[in-house]
Amino acid sequence: MSVPSCQLFDQTKEECGVMQSPLVDFSYVGIDAILEQMRRKAMKQGFELNIMVVGQSGLGKSTLMNTLFKSKVSRKSVLATSQEKIPKTIEIKSISHDIEEKGVRMKLTVIDTPGFGDQINNENCWQPIMKFINDQYEAYLQEEININRKKRIPDSRVHCCIYFIPPTGHCLRPLDVEFMKRLSKVVNIVPVIAKADTLTLEERDFFKKKIREELRSNGIDVYPQKEFDEDAEDRMINEKIREMIPFAVVGSDQEYQVNGRRLLGRKTKWGTIEVENIAHCEFAYLRDLLIRTHMQNIKDITSSIHYEMYRVRRLNESNTAVTQANGIPEHHLSAHEM
Amino acid sequence: MSQQPKTRKIGQFTNPETPGYVGFANLPNQVHRKSVKKGFEFTLMVVGESGLGKSTLINSLFLTDLYPERVIPGAAEKIERTVQIEASTVEIEERGVKLRLTVVDTPGYGDAINSQDCFSTIISYIDDQFERYLHDESGLNRRHIVDNRVHCCFYFISPLGHGLKPLDVQFMKAIHNKVNVVPVIAKADTLTLRERERLKRRILDEIDEHGIKIYHLPDAESDEDEDFKEQTRILKASIPFAVVGSNQQIEAKGKKVRGRLYPWGVVEVENPEHNDFLKLRTMLITHMQDLQEVTQDLHYENFRSDRLKRGGRLSSHGYVLPLSPAYVPVSPEPEEMDKDMILQEKEAELRRMQEMIAQMQAKMQKTGEE
Repeated sequence: MSVPSCQLFDQTKEECGVMQSPLVDFSYVGIDAILEQMRRKAMKQGFELNIMVVGQSGLGKSTLMNTLFKSKVSRKSVLATSQEKIPKTIEIKSISHDIEEKGVRMKLTVIDTPGFGDQINNENCWQPIMKFINDQYEAYLQEEININRKKRIPDSRVHCCIYFIPPTGHCLRPLDVEFMKRLSKVVNIVPVIAKADTLTLEERDFFKKKIREELRSNGIDVYPQKEFDEDAEDRMINEKIREMIPFAVVGSDQEYQVNGRRLLGRKTKWGTIEVENIAHCEFAYLRDLLIRTHMQNIKDITSSIHYEMYRVRRLNESNTAVTQANGIPEHHLSAHEM
Repeated sequence: MSQQPKTRKIGQFTNPETPGYVGFANLPNQVHRKSVKKGFEFTLMVVGESGLGKSTLINSLFLTDLYPERVIPGAAEKIERTVQIEASTVEIEERGVKLRLTVVDTPGYGDAINSQDCFSTIISYIDDQFERYLHDESGLNRRHIVDNRVHCCFYFISPLGHGLKPLDVQFMKAIHNKVNVVPVIAKADTLTLRERERLKRRILDEIDEHGIKIYHLPDAESDEDEDFKEQTRILKASIPFAVVGSNQQIEAKGKKVRGRLYPWGVVEVENPEHNDFLKLRTMLITHMQDLQEVTQDLHYENFRSDRLKRGGRLSSHGYVLPLSPAYVPVSPEPEEMDKDMILQEKEAELRRMQEMIAQMQAKMQKTGEE
């Protein structure tokens, strides 16, 4: 090897930002440089995330979304209506925002479901939601089977559904069980205990244990699902998370002065609840799970498992063979509803 | 209350210091003594969704444990369950005054996915109590009438919503003519002060909007003292009461208080700045008598007049209670309709009797012939 090639070699390394000793390393090829290339490409493309929030009116869904993304992304902040009347039927409202942090752009879509569980008769109130989720899968499928497909299919599939459980302190309600049983099969469900500042720590632990038992006895698999753990390391991390779900969260978009710092919280006569303090509530864990550590995993499970299941079911239904010579899809079947 | 002179000559009932003093000003004392001996009865109904802290609040209000062996069913069992009525009675005595308190609980209310019918059980229970009282009142032996009528209903509103839910509105409209409804905001430590005020205003607006008649505290009489008037004013302004219940003793600021311990502070149940528990207790205790009166004079009388208008036998002793001539219905039309109805019924009866007689005659003829 000649000296010039060594120098060139070191230069590329420096460009990648990879720390390396100035000595020549014979065994290094440079494959890990691909990480940097992927990173740059991802930053240019941006990310998409679609979160659905489901729960009765007044459980703090919009506030929690605003708190999670530290900006006014919820339906209430965008739509100017100040009236908070309960709609007569369930509506599905999608609001998209482009947010950016340190050069990383994200198209965040928050899908709200006002009217869920608010009526006197709530039978089948999960049907419009199931239909919406399946419709998004259908739209993606249609794009995929096109002859001339787009380079990047716009992803409107629901990646994660946050289900808000009211903090009764006793156990799940029949409505919660029915909803989660059905929807855990088509989408990643993350259950959270809403407005958790109602519960003392013992009540919270008791409630969580009760909920976990009921989820287990009803066969409801919430995110992170046990069956999708890829290896031992995953399993270890996910087990720790599984021991903590459902997360007891408190949301707030107001700042208060606590000990000289400005913090998000709720101020009452008996104390100030700090949203990001893990001694007070588990909001920080939820945020870490959804955004900082498991976001990509959530998207992967949606596309490789839930979507694939839908696709297989759909394609088996239609009479055309999966491998089509001409690729013209049959549109005669309507969206499948469970 | 007047003071009786300690020494009194037998036969002399006048107080030599106040000429013209007769002494019937002592009547309240006598009533007081008699009622203390007899004891008081009060029936309180609590209605609200599961998990709103109803049992805890009742235990906190009366400093008892009304539900020692409580088992809370899981979600799967709740799916099959219908609303039940559970009445627990406890005798409380304080300073010689006995109170026989019955708390009627309604587990299962609002739990099901379809809560369409969840209050028919409750309404039939209230009507049954009225019916029973009416029956007892019309009976021969009226010495020991047990008053199980529901005197007051605490309706628990969830603090989580933005106001009343459709179920709340429907239920309150169905019972506001049968029982005194006192709306209560449960688990009020979920709310900051501003949220609480907003919610109270929202609820009052919605109550007005839907024409729901909740229990109104009577205004203080003009001869009461200023403190009492002020207290009544404060109470009236705080409806609906936002309460927190607890029977746990927590150490706070060096003294033991009943409260709830959070990592960020202690909510004291008996601190008027934290919640309205004391106001609710004051209202219940100072107006217990008034609640009973309104139940007797308004709700029961409404029930009774409806019932008697509909007619039918009330007593199983064979008494058919006629519509007394002194009882005049409010509008003339229903009276005529009643008369028509009574006439029709009488005609139908006559026809039936004639048929029966004809049948008997036919039978007699047959047997006579045989």
